Amino acid sequence: MADPLVGLVLLPLGWATLAFVLGPGRGAWAALAGIAAQAWLAWLLAAQVGAGGTARHAVGGWGAPLGIDLAADGLSAALLLLTQWLALGVALYARSYFAAGDPARRYFWPLAGFLLAGLNALFVANDLFNLYVTLELVGLAAVGLVAAAGGERQIAAALRYLFAALAGSGLYLFGVALVYGVYGTVSIATLAPLITPEAPRLVWIAGGLMALGLVVKSALFPFHFWLPPAHGGAPAPVSALLSALVVKASFYLLLRLWLGPFAPLAPAAAWLPALLGAAAIFWGSWRAIRAERLKPLIAWSTVAQLGYLFLIFPLLAVPAAFGAGVMQVFAHALAKAALFAAAGVFIQATGQDTVAGLAGAAARLPVTLFAIGLAGMTLAGLPPSAGFLAKWQLIEAALALGHWPIAVVALAGGLMAAVYVFRVLRQAFCLAPAGAPVAAVPRALEWTAFALAAASVLLGFFGVDLMTLIEVRA
Amino acid sequence: MTSGLLFALVGVALFALGLAGLVLIGDVLRRILAFNLMGSGAFLVLVGLAQRNGVPDAVPQAMVLTGIVVAVAATALALALARRLDAQREGALPEDEDG
Amino acid sequence: MSMHAWLPLAVLASSLVPGLVIFALPESWIGLRTALNLLGALVKLVLVGLLLAGVAAGEQYGFRHAVLPGLELAFKADALGLLFISLSAVLWLFTTLYAIGYLEGAPHRSRFFGFFSLCVTATMGIAMAGNLFTFFVFYELLTLATFPLVVHRGTPAAMHGGTVYLAYTLAGGAVLLAGIVWLHHLVGHTEFAHGGIAAALGPQYAGQLRIVFLLLIAGVGVKAALVPLHGWLPRAMVAPAPVSALLHAVAVVKAGAFGIVRIVYEVYGVEFAQSLGLLFPLAVAAAVTIVWGSLRALFQDDLKKRLAFSTVSQVAYIALGVALFGPIGTIGGLVHLVHQGIMKITLFFCAGNYAETLGLHKVSELSGVGRRMPATTLAFSIAALGMMGAPLTAGAVSKAWLIEGARAAEMEWVIGVLWTSSLLNAAYFLPILWRAWFRPPPAAWPDEHIPARGRRETAWLLLVPPLVTAAAVVVAGVFAAADWSPLAWAKLIAAREYVTPQ
Repeated sequence: MADPLVGLVLLPLGWATLAFVLGPGRGAWAALAGIAAQAWLAWLLAAQVGAGGTARHAVGGWGAPLGIDLAADGLSAALLLLTQWLALGVALYARSYFAAGDPARRYFWPLAGFLLAGLNALFVANDLFNLYVTLELVGLAAVGLVAAAGGERQIAAALRYLFAALAGSGLYLFGVALVYGVYGTVSIATLAPLITPEAPRLVWIAGGLMALGLVVKSALFPFHFWLPPAHGGAPAPVSALLSALVVKASFYLLLRLWLGPFAPLAPAAAWLPALLGAAAIFWGSWRAIRAERLKPLIAWSTVAQLGYLFLIFPLLAVPAAFGAGVMQVFAHALAKAALFAAAGVFIQATGQDTVAGLAGAAARLPVTLFAIGLAGMTLAGLPPSAGFLAKWQLIEAALALGHWPIAVVALAGGLMAAVYVFRVLRQAFCLAPAGAPVAAVPRALEWTAFALAAASVLLGFFGVDLMTLIEVRA
Repeated sequence: MTSGLLFALVGVALFALGLAGLVLIGDVLRRILAFNLMGSGAFLVLVGLAQRNGVPDAVPQAMVLTGIVVAVAATALALALARRLDAQREGALPEDEDG
Repeated sequence: MSMHAWLPLAVLASSLVPGLVIFALPESWIGLRTALNLLGALVKLVLVGLLLAGVAAGEQYGFRHAVLPGLELAFKADALGLLFISLSAVLWLFTTLYAIGYLEGAPHRSRFFGFFSLCVTATMGIAMAGNLFTFFVFYELLTLATFPLVVHRGTPAAMHGGTVYLAYTLAGGAVLLAGIVWLHHLVGHTEFAHGGIAAALGPQYAGQLRIVFLLLIAGVGVKAALVPLHGWLPRAMVAPAPVSALLHAVAVVKAGAFGIVRIVYEVYGVEFAQSLGLLFPLAVAAAVTIVWGSLRALFQDDLKKRLAFSTVSQVAYIALGVALFGPIGTIGGLVHLVHQGIMKITLFFCAGNYAETLGLHKVSELSGVGRRMPATTLAFSIAALGMMGAPLTAGAVSKAWLIEGARAAEMEWVIGVLWTSSLLNAAYFLPILWRAWFRPPPAAWPDEHIPARGRRETAWLLLVPPLVTAAAVVVAGVFAAADWSPLAWAKLIAAREYVTPQ
């Protein structure tokens, strides 16, 4: 386990199994220890990649094509870092959250472990087929997490999510089959020089199908239908993991293929994701503004925030656009995990999750309220948060290429986000109905939510470090 | 037309059929079947296209094997969820429910 | 880190740190909270004093931190920034004292004072911003930190006022951001520099630069309450009196006006802005705001609302001074930044005293209040006379320099605007004074909270701040020629802005 690449994939598999055997109580400690070790490994890897270029490992000493090569460049290292540290925060939160005896606690730790193993493997996988397997692993673990609470609503949402995920990965797999049929390889490195704008039509179709499949899994408008019930219905720690990380995995893959082997074909379709992204921003924000309950509000906000990620595709000719995409992934992941965590605090405190019902509780849970405020700053792209840096880079890239409508969409989306964020925040200042019962909530819940939110803002001061890391390309 | 191409074309048809079923059908069990059809189509294309030169290629076979494992796992999960959903809707919990 | 780098940061920290600690304090720890507040305010005054001495001697203070490749948070303490910093630091101390008295026994005081400190921190950041990007960061932080103060009371009216405030300022922020990124794209940076940075671009960019100027001025114009972007200010007067003081005198509208000054002088450069033909429309917008604000003030019976419209009008003097091409108008505008601050804060302190002590909110209720609360009414009268530009007050100094500036810039119509404004000021302030001093008091006051005890008409924490600031109004007027007056500092800035060392 000397190699961080291997450790990051095997450790979560190990503690997931252990947590299943030990049960939720002691299993949580195994998981926390494992995630802490992963966080350390990801830190080492980022330092290694930042200092000396990409990291590579051939599993079992077998090389491609029969063996599996793991590799990490700057982008992979950055996302691995985000995943482990965010998971550490969510895990600390989940341990307290499930201590109360939630029905989902029995399956949470093993499934979370498999989810992390899948995500980590996805970030270091190096050929199209292994990426498919990791994608399925992530999808199945995520569906399991949604269903873990066992209520009728959650299971229906999980099934809906499962079918969308299977359709998405099926499309992706079909595209991979076509690519293999044409070129006889699925290695990203080997494919890169082969695919040119003169490639056979079959390759174009393959690229289109793979992109479509990934877009379905990323819940881009109009394929977002599965996301609000799944993310809005799951227990808070699950929603946090799903909204923060899982939808980003398929986006990461799309970005990697778009910038990598399919780069010669990509410009032809660049505006389509951007248009859908703009539609996602407006529709998702609108639904979030209208939402009556807190968790669906946050889930619709995810739909909107994912839209920003797709605005970058017509702008990738300038480096700021790539930076904007990665910064938005980080900003949204941290802020959204914080928001779901904060929502979980309010639900535990008041036993319900309507926005209007916060009025009594918000003033009595100031730490959580601040968490929502800081995370909200990031979502609305207000300075000095990481979300602001993402918006800045996006607008700058749009102006550099003269595509000012994208800048307008980004600014308008920020204002709409401010509307739904302040809809929640203002409840804290409304005169509270007297005698609304507020149950005691473990402090660990409040402070982990706060730490995640604070991280989403503080990252705004360290943009240079992140940008330097992701500049390291394979 | 080589047998490989024939396999591939059948694969495309199966995939399209399966996808249409997954998207259009409302019934859960039939959707699970449709997903399996879709997967089989993709596997056929993978194996079929790789056989163009008449020489079997080991790599796609390994991939299909892996793919089948994944598909079985997904099907099992889908069936388990469907069963749980049914039980919940009828108001009776399945016998293995204890937590 | 040398002292020249940490001094600006220490100015920020002197309100940020107490603010953050205060958030964490339990509601009932009044003593520690008060001590922290006053300690922060006093430390800040000492630090600002150090900066003033250094800058007057020609020292340079600055700190930079890159947040993205090619994008830096930059702080500098220069003469112009210090004008604003000194004003805010001094008024913060008095507003804090006043707020401690005003909110005695009110709920949520930790929250209030926490955000109050954040507000001042943001103002300091705005004043010390070394580029437009940094300015924007703190400009938006100011919006976020003031919202909880505006809605502090939690009543439906407060929530409505706060929502309107947010809608205006966040939309203004978005417009400002668009302008800033555009400028950054054109020039490659947004540094504040003597003589501006936009002039370096070729003439083919004139059209784009005009649009950017419009975006930037519209963005800061929301906070400066330029008509028609002023709608939030009268509605935000539902906030408690110390918050109104903060909005009108210490932080918010001042931040907008200060932004106009920075943009005209140090982003575009006043010569370049004049050559693009941008100053005349700005002067017209300011003139319209001056007259419109005064006209609306005439018809308000609610005292705080009348004061709010008066702010709309008076803050536009600053923009007007900037738009008068030439050093004399500049001096008038800059000195009014300070003078308007001390006059308007006095008026709001007094309005708060009337409301807290006797439950008086309307102009029509003020009959005879001069007999019940002579000291407060005296302070109110001095500040109101200053607003009209009466001799021996700070207002007279600003107005004299603005009129001279208009004459030097050969814009005689501006003199007409200024005289009209003075007449309108008199028309909406003199009836208040007459009513307060010469009409008989009613048999009973509407809602007397604080009974008179001997010679003391209300709580001393409510009384001292307006008396001090009213005295400052007179001192700034009488001793305008002294070396340490706001006018002297404004002259120093104007000399540095117009005689530009290349």
